[in-house]
Amino acid sequence: MWAWLHRLGSPKRFYGWSGTLARWAGWGSLLLGAAGLYYALFDSPPDYQQGESVRIMYVHVPAAWLSMFIYMNIAFASLISLVWRMKVADMFAAASAPIGAWFTFLALVTGSLWGKPMWGTWWIWDARLTSELILLFLYLGYIGLLSAIEERDTAARAAAVLALVGVVNIPIIHYSVEWWSTLHQGATVTKFEKPSIAWTMLRPLLLMALASTLFYIMVALRLARAELLRREADSTWVRELIDGRQGGGDR
Amino acid sequence: MGDFLHMGGYAPYVWVSYLFGLIVVVVNLWQPWRAEREVWRQLKRRRRNEERMNESETP
Repeated sequence: MWAWLHRLGSPKRFYGWSGTLARWAGWGSLLLGAAGLYYALFDSPPDYQQGESVRIMYVHVPAAWLSMFIYMNIAFASLISLVWRMKVADMFAAASAPIGAWFTFLALVTGSLWGKPMWGTWWIWDARLTSELILLFLYLGYIGLLSAIEERDTAARAAAVLALVGVVNIPIIHYSVEWWSTLHQGATVTKFEKPSIAWTMLRPLLLMALASTLFYIMVALRLARAELLRREADSTWVRELIDGRQGGGDR
Repeated sequence: MGDFLHMGGYAPYVWVSYLFGLIVVVVNLWQPWRAEREVWRQLKRRRRNEERMNESETP
């Protein structure tokens, strides 16, 4: 198992399989996203309380899920990089951070745009909203730390520690709606009993969530691959790659 | 069509939300595209310089 993991994590191997995976994830995301968007806008009912404003949910909820999912990925990759010193784990974590920051931003903005008509306010300092804002700051801190430290391995290690400490915020975000009284509604999908959301609404929600997850995988892998090429520029396999590409014709 | 765009009176909130979604998607498509283009440009430039060095070294 570990030997297998190590092989997959070797730069050359990683470059190979991640390219294929990124391509599949990209096409999958496009397909599921198109279907999800169709159901979200044309083939799902308005909410009996919130009317058509409920369609914001199909952007807001996947963005919020992804903001936490990406963070967990960064934390997991950071752990791997700290324990096994795997270079590609570093690069994957670093590539994930800006995507996570963007989707956290999207969750906050769409939440605000949903809160105004439903709650009558753009923002309140309650537990769910505040902890999600802290998540954005964690992302920005992580990105800042990476670029602030000159020496690459030190930067990666410091950022990894920050990422792991910040994990404490994730359960706080998730359970905030139960632990504190809040304007934000409780979970409707991830409850242990039957989800309390109609299938016609759940369908676009799941499609959009899956599409965004695949989108993240595609973007993160491509960013990590570009960084990998940059760092490994002098290695034999990258030289062979360049020659292969130039043979392909633009010279 | 008018009804659809009207979104039961929530049009600005709904459409601005989707617009922000679109912006985030476009930015995140552009970032890796730019990174890849940049790194390949660097790699090729390096390669060409190396070849030029090799040519000038051999008489």
